[in-house]
Amino acid sequence: MRRRLRRYGLAWAGAAIVLAWLLVALLAPWISPYPPNAVDVTQRLLLPSAAHWLGTDILGRDVLSRLLHGARISLLAGFSVVLLGAGIGTAIGILAAWLRGWGEEALMRLTDLVLCFPPIILALALAAALGIGTTNTIIAMLVVWWPKYARLARSLALVQRSQEYVEAATVLGLPQKRILLRHILPNIFGPIAVLCTLDLGIAILTFAGLSFLGLGVVPPAAEWGSMVSEGRELVEQWWVATFPGLAILTVVIGFNFLGDGLRDWLDPKAQR
Amino acid sequence: MALFASLVVFLISNFVPGDPVLAQLGDILASDPVVVAQWRAKWGLDLPLWERYGIFLRGLLHGDLGQSIATRRPVLEDIVQFAPATVELATISFVMALALGIPLGIAAAIWRDSWIDALARVLSLVGVSAPTFWLAFIMLAIFYGWLGWAPGPGRLDPIAFPPEGPSGFFLFDTAWAGDWEGFADTLAHLILPAIVLAAATLGLITRTTRAAMLDCLQQDYVRVARAKGLRERVVILRHALRNALVPVVTLGGLAYANLLTGAVMTETIFAWPGLGRYTFRSAAALDFPAIMGITLVVSATYLLVNLLVDLSYAVLDPRVRR
Repeated sequence: MRRRLRRYGLAWAGAAIVLAWLLVALLAPWISPYPPNAVDVTQRLLLPSAAHWLGTDILGRDVLSRLLHGARISLLAGFSVVLLGAGIGTAIGILAAWLRGWGEEALMRLTDLVLCFPPIILALALAAALGIGTTNTIIAMLVVWWPKYARLARSLALVQRSQEYVEAATVLGLPQKRILLRHILPNIFGPIAVLCTLDLGIAILTFAGLSFLGLGVVPPAAEWGSMVSEGRELVEQWWVATFPGLAILTVVIGFNFLGDGLRDWLDPKAQR
Repeated sequence: MALFASLVVFLISNFVPGDPVLAQLGDILASDPVVVAQWRAKWGLDLPLWERYGIFLRGLLHGDLGQSIATRRPVLEDIVQFAPATVELATISFVMALALGIPLGIAAAIWRDSWIDALARVLSLVGVSAPTFWLAFIMLAIFYGWLGWAPGPGRLDPIAFPPEGPSGFFLFDTAWAGDWEGFADTLAHLILPAIVLAAATLGLITRTTRAAMLDCLQQDYVRVARAKGLRERVVILRHALRNALVPVVTLGGLAYANLLTGAVMTETIFAWPGLGRYTFRSAAALDFPAIMGITLVVSATYLLVNLLVDLSYAVLDPRVRR
């Protein structure tokens, strides 16, 4: 019982962290002490103090304000990539399970094809080719993101299809489309949601990584990855790069806790 | 499959809006249509798509990956030059992740819910969740900038000459030449990037080992072994661990292949002259011959590693041998 409590305790902690960051993202313009891009070179590279809680960067911008605004881009990018990727992937997986025959074969070979790429290299090349910008980076990530959902959705749909309730629905003469959307889809939703939650952390990390390499947001946008990049040479002024990195770390940990908890909750057998 | 991968990169490279002409020539030259046409003809960019892919495939059969647009050297030559630095780094990281992750996972499983289990959980969580580029910054800031214990970025001291050796693996080459000073310098430069690169893998390996060990320790054969009065050490190492290693090896193989590509961030920050940095530079310069070459090599490595993983099952699990 104690272990159980602790397990879900972590999940609640994760949910709290994620919720807190969501609130920050939502309220960023109201809770930031300064505008995120207000340059003031007379105030550059100041140590964290009462006026600037997390110090200022090389252009005198307030690190805390940029960090709070950065939550918007990071969370938005993470959610877009994962939700769209999961949507596209699930649609393709279910379509494959529904089509069977050569249609299924073609869709799944396409999926394998994208999966056999080293994802980072493909995303890098695409992001570079599409050009800098949040939307382009999200598109580049989407291309490498959907296949795992297609695979998962197809295998889950295949399992569900052999269940009795689907047979019953078929016998009742319901159309295939209705069976897929109204009967099978709700039943495979759980595992996909778990994968999404765990994936959000990875998506945020990847997006920040691409931004760090200069392939993500257009400067001077406040984004965590590019903030770390701006501070990477400033070893003496450690606060410039350290705090945005901590922000990424906490968000990702939050999603990992939440995802682990969701998985245990949906599948008590896997609990340990 | 690797061939298919090259086809996909090839097609993508021709359908994306980014144009290597602009990336290579710059704005001023690219506005002159004559120069652009000449440049396109030189790199074969004026030929139809299928002809170009045919040329690429024919070159491939002769072991020729084409010429890099950015470095103006054969891609294969570039890869051969940059690969050893990455393989050396990835191997050291992998060894570190295994040497720390497996014992930690075992200990966490044996003393479940103890402080060591908590430590393993926190370490693996931070390892998986921390951005590589940030971890690299923190390590450099602390151990190079602040404490001065570790050398700065790069593979060697800036004034040192790279060792002349047969392999390109500096550790091997310096040891081969009996240059122990160079060996120590190489090792010192390796430590920080290797730790950074190992962090995520360490987390995965610790988690997997712990879960697999917990599973095995509950099996009947472990109970039998204990009932036979075997020492606990024998029960754990010979009976439980051997079976628990199967999923760890599966994951480890993939993790090693991922280390080779995951080196992109680490190498960029540590100015490590390896494949990762080459990949980033090629991507940024839209150098598609180079990207295709890298994709081919990396996909081939994935396949090879998977084969080795399959073969290792036979060693670990006698049932597979039949």
